[in-house]
Amino acid sequence: MEQAPPDPERQLQPAPLEPLGSPDAGLGAAVGKEAEGAGEESSGVDTMTHNNFWLKKIEISVSEAEKRTGRNAMNMQETYTAYLIETRSVEHTDGQSVLTDSLWRRYSEFELLRSYLLVYYPHIVVPPLPEKRAEFVWHKLSADNMDPDFVERRRIGLENFLLRIASHPILCRDKIFYLFLTQEGNWKETVNETGFQLKADSRLKALNATFRVKNPDKRFTDLKHYSDELQSVISHLLRVRARVADRLYGVYKVHGNYGRVFSEWSAIEKEMGDGLQSAGHHMDVFRGYMCRYASSIDDILEDEEHYADQLKEYLFYAEALRAVCRKHELMQYDLEMAAQDLASKKQQCEELVTGTVRTFSLKGMTTKLFGQETPEQREARIKVLEEQINEGEQQLKSKNLEGREFVKNAWADIERFKEQKNRDLKEALISYAVMQISMCKKGIQVWTNAKECFSKM
Amino acid sequence: MEGERRASQAPSSGLPAGGANGESPGGGAPFPGSSGSSALLQAEVLDLDEDEDDLEVFSKDASLMDMNSFSPMMPTSPLSMINQIKFEDEPDLKDLFITVDEPESHVTTIETFITYRIITKTSRGEFDSSEFEVRRRYQDFLWLKGKLEEAHPTLIIPPLPEKFIVKGMVERFNDDFIETRRKALHKFLNRIADHPTLTFNEDFKIFLTAQAWQGPGLLSRMGQTVRAVASSMRGVKNRPEEFMEMNNFIELFSQKINLIDKISQRIYKEEREYFDEMKEYGPIHILWSASEEDLVDTLKDVASCIDRCCKATEKRMSGLSEALLPVVHEYVLYSEMLMGVMKRRDQIQAELDSKVEVLTYKKADTDLLPEEIGKLEDKVECANNALKADWERWKQNMQNDIKLAFTDMAEENIHYYEQCLATWESFLTSQTNLHLEEASEDKP
Repeated sequence: MEQAPPDPERQLQPAPLEPLGSPDAGLGAAVGKEAEGAGEESSGVDTMTHNNFWLKKIEISVSEAEKRTGRNAMNMQETYTAYLIETRSVEHTDGQSVLTDSLWRRYSEFELLRSYLLVYYPHIVVPPLPEKRAEFVWHKLSADNMDPDFVERRRIGLENFLLRIASHPILCRDKIFYLFLTQEGNWKETVNETGFQLKADSRLKALNATFRVKNPDKRFTDLKHYSDELQSVISHLLRVRARVADRLYGVYKVHGNYGRVFSEWSAIEKEMGDGLQSAGHHMDVFRGYMCRYASSIDDILEDEEHYADQLKEYLFYAEALRAVCRKHELMQYDLEMAAQDLASKKQQCEELVTGTVRTFSLKGMTTKLFGQETPEQREARIKVLEEQINEGEQQLKSKNLEGREFVKNAWADIERFKEQKNRDLKEALISYAVMQISMCKKGIQVWTNAKECFSKM
Repeated sequence: MEGERRASQAPSSGLPAGGANGESPGGGAPFPGSSGSSALLQAEVLDLDEDEDDLEVFSKDASLMDMNSFSPMMPTSPLSMINQIKFEDEPDLKDLFITVDEPESHVTTIETFITYRIITKTSRGEFDSSEFEVRRRYQDFLWLKGKLEEAHPTLIIPPLPEKFIVKGMVERFNDDFIETRRKALHKFLNRIADHPTLTFNEDFKIFLTAQAWQGPGLLSRMGQTVRAVASSMRGVKNRPEEFMEMNNFIELFSQKINLIDKISQRIYKEEREYFDEMKEYGPIHILWSASEEDLVDTLKDVASCIDRCCKATEKRMSGLSEALLPVVHEYVLYSEMLMGVMKRRDQIQAELDSKVEVLTYKKADTDLLPEEIGKLEDKVECANNALKADWERWKQNMQNDIKLAFTDMAEENIHYYEQCLATWESFLTSQTNLHLEEASEDKP
């Protein structure tokens, strides 16, 4: 897997994360970080073992979430959640970890980090953040950002985000990322000082604008279609899943009502006496099982929420894919525009030199109408144009090179992404099956016990 | 238990055949609150042959007194006698088999209605043939019920399905409605057939066998309403302790069974809605597989697992609607029935009480009064005994039925989860196998 040579400004030099091997091993995973917690497999790990480097490993975790109050930009009081990020370095030989850094960050800082990465690594499929607001909720889940369940799931999502970056062969070496993990104060200022907002192409944000590209790269067009399909199908799936969860909740909870009735009935039976005492007792036991059945759905659905989060990550990844396609589209457009512009200038130049007017130009018309220009004026104009043409040719050359580099690097990362996606989604689907199995086993147990109650009555 | 009878009591002569018919007259000296007086009563009952209205009613009751008795004084046909004795213990030895099926729509100028085919197979002597096929409509069942209530006011007559379903927009001729009703009518007739006393009721026989059937007259239907109004106006005084308890139980039972009915219906509704959503869930995975080359198989397998679980849910639902819902609902209707029975018993007692009052406070016309009171006392005695015996039988059946219904529901759920478990486990196995295959392929 080839990668672009690291940009010295962006990359960490020297860094505790630098490989001890040859710097142009290029196989990005030279910096091997073991992703823990989320159980992420780092593609870097494979290449690391493949290349047999001895390396320090880094563990990153978002271990806590805390509610805070502060003042916002308008000096108004606000409540927000802060997340504790802990970084540990692990000695390869004995596996012991030492806490090297720990600091608090809020969601908006994560967003800032990602925006920065998007600008400086446009050819990379940048890992997405967990959702800002709870979506695809079924009725029980609170859509409130302060809800503890939501905060917990977000904590996990943010940890996952950092681990994805840390295991990315190129992104992991970014200086700003390193500072995000290690420098609490002033980090925002440092990021803003890079001036990345200015570098950002505002056209990338104009999602609706279409750029008519004459020779689109089919691979990127296909990728864009794929990302649209992925987004649409996962959204649909998540929406239906939420409805299914809601209904399942209803089925389980209604059974709890049996509990109350049977407990009251058992009281009647016990009162009646004459050998029905045992009936009453068994009714109580049945009640217990119904209550347990009804409440078991809470855990079941909580587990399913994690599954939904795994799918959501890839829903948001679709957006990241689209961003890369968009960037390519813009580059292609700029290239074509530049080529067009160059061609027209050459044309103009040729006409001036040969004295023939083949193309219509306003200047040409006005000179015809209002008099000829002097030979000196003409010479001057030719000279300007020739300079512009030279410049244009240089620019075109570099743009072409840039374009080719972009395509090469982007495509490499897209391949990496595809493998990751296939692995992760397969794992997610398998974990879904595991959840269903657990749910079925619990169901069998409860109903077998319940059946026994009635047979004993 | 009422089962142990004075079989030793000598029967008197002249006992008419076909005890279920109201021929044997009632009356006789009452035993204070005892449960074992029936046979003796029967002997004395025979002497009073007068055709008085209440006597006739009472005489019908008298025949009922022996329902739990091993007394040989009941129906003369030996075969039915054996079955009479065995009824409560071994319902398999029944000699009357009834099925209700083939609903048919009939259209006349005035109305449209449904008739049901009723097939009766029997080995009983008092039936002219061994097989009968007739057609009856709901109205006719109502007639039969009314007749049975008339003949046996303090027996627990099985309930009929409702006239209309109040909730929902169920048309009278909706397929589900007809099928539910058909099943309930089938149950109704079989319950009567299984009842030790009701099974020998003459009107029941007529209902099952008469080809030329006029249908219930307008008058008899009116009669029912009048009776109902009258009975509701009597108060409840001097109700014996055991009937107070019974009444309490009935009230509580009614509450509970109604709740259980509501909950069960709700569960069905929730399961249906879950099923409807699940149906959409599987296909999305198929859709997804169209854009994922490397995940096609996994996604398709997940989709098929979900679909299989969907089918299992459907099966669970139908199990619920076959086993649990009709049983619970029948007992909801039974609980209303029971309240009616209590009222009728109270009414019979009230008749006695009012006459006693007249005797106590007014001295006029005291000649005939003691005799009347005597008869009423007998009537009350019989009514009470009939009810008590039938009550025990009913309670036993109820417990068994409810127990069975819930056991069935539990089994349906177990089966459902077992099916789903098998589905997902085989998916996992196939994925693991695939993984192992791929791993071994990758090895250099």
